[in-house]
Amino acid sequence: MIIVGAGGHGLATAYYLATVHGITNVAVLEKGWLGGGNTGRNTTIVRSNYLFDESAGLYDHAVKLWEGLSQELNYNVMFSQRGVLMLAHNIHDVQSFKRHVHANRLNGVDNEWLTAEECRDFCPPLNIDASTMRYPVLGGALQRRAGTARHDAVAWGYARGADARGVDIIQNCAVTGIRRGPDGAVTGVETSRGFIGAKKVGVVAAGNTSVVMAMAGQRMPLESYPLQALVSEPIKPIFPCVVMSNTIHAYISQSDKGELVIGAGTDAYTSYTQRGALHITTHTLDAICELFPMFRRMRMLRNWGGIVDVTPDRSPIIAKTGVSGLYVNCGWGTGGFKATPGSGHVFAHTIAKDEPHPINAPFTIDRFRDGFLIDEAAAAAVAH
Amino acid sequence: MLIIACPYCGPRPELEFRYGGEAHVARPVDPSTLSDEDWGAFLYQRANPRGLHAERWRHVHGCGRFFNALRDTTTDFFAATYETGTPRPAGTPADGETSR
Repeated sequence: MIIVGAGGHGLATAYYLATVHGITNVAVLEKGWLGGGNTGRNTTIVRSNYLFDESAGLYDHAVKLWEGLSQELNYNVMFSQRGVLMLAHNIHDVQSFKRHVHANRLNGVDNEWLTAEECRDFCPPLNIDASTMRYPVLGGALQRRAGTARHDAVAWGYARGADARGVDIIQNCAVTGIRRGPDGAVTGVETSRGFIGAKKVGVVAAGNTSVVMAMAGQRMPLESYPLQALVSEPIKPIFPCVVMSNTIHAYISQSDKGELVIGAGTDAYTSYTQRGALHITTHTLDAICELFPMFRRMRMLRNWGGIVDVTPDRSPIIAKTGVSGLYVNCGWGTGGFKATPGSGHVFAHTIAKDEPHPINAPFTIDRFRDGFLIDEAAAAAVAH
Repeated sequence: MLIIACPYCGPRPELEFRYGGEAHVARPVDPSTLSDEDWGAFLYQRANPRGLHAERWRHVHGCGRFFNALRDTTTDFFAATYETGTPRPAGTPADGETSR
């Protein structure tokens, strides 16, 4: 078997193929270096407070795996359930978030409503003085089991675990073609380092999924956009949780190195450049400075971009394809890191058994033909 | 920030524009005769090429008009902009090819 892409999702897939299904004759091919794409570029937020049953099932499956992951891998992924607080700034936000709270509780996912004062008590740097704000804080939804993890460690931990069980991880090896037999089934992949035969190929190529799938003649319901993040200079511990504001568009937490980790939005247009426009990050910093006036004079150290593959309904695709032996795990858009363990776990099942795990059964490509969208885009209204 | 040459107004900053997605995606003439497969493909499948991409932009904070552009998604350089309703400029490379 071949996994295309040695990011978190691809390495987790290989790890669970080896540990759960006993399949170790696996090569993970990576055109760059291990964990060098979106795995090393995200803002490390883990949460599962999604509206729809299908999403709650998938993302909470991941959170449950996160909770035991450091033990499982014997590698500290620094999973910290410090809580994710999503701020509401208008009546629509309040109604929508309360709906999320109730829907989550029915699905067994913890989520609770906090007043503005309770938000400030949970996150003391937060400004809730409405007289100073264009978009005052009216309250927030808090998922206490949510938090952050060390993104690089996730890739390294899964890579080490898979490698120890016999999986080959081949870096600097770009896939250039997908070879198929007379019956149309996959027979292997062409790479920059030669042909590799395989009966099953799993594509986990994030922003480059459309390009890889086109090698097998498959058109995808995906568009690839640059998504940016940035970090500040490191400071002493000041920020106890993760705060997200969808409405004025900012995500912020503090890493264990002390940097404020800030997530911005996507650019308006599709691109593969792995950078984004400055006005996108400026817009996010405006929001950060209004919510946390104490950060107004901080300096930002680095900013970067990653290419995210976005589906029309902003839910992922973890599924078989129209080609026998070809599987795809893509469309995580702006929020794939949180799902890494769950994604790899159910994708490994899908490849090994040639049928989806019950958790990822709704996340097909066919839903865009049949109309069974899992429309978290409409539910969240913005990037998540 | 991109500088985009509106065919009607000339070069303007990106903030004056809205992105309109892939160009030349024609709505099927008679949707009721289409298979679910073809209708789903029309609605949702996109080329998303790495390289030249024909796409629509709208000059919302200017003339308000839609137009088409050829942009290289590996560099974000525009190879051409042209009016809506006109075909892709002759002599330009195909989707996914590089512009330079």
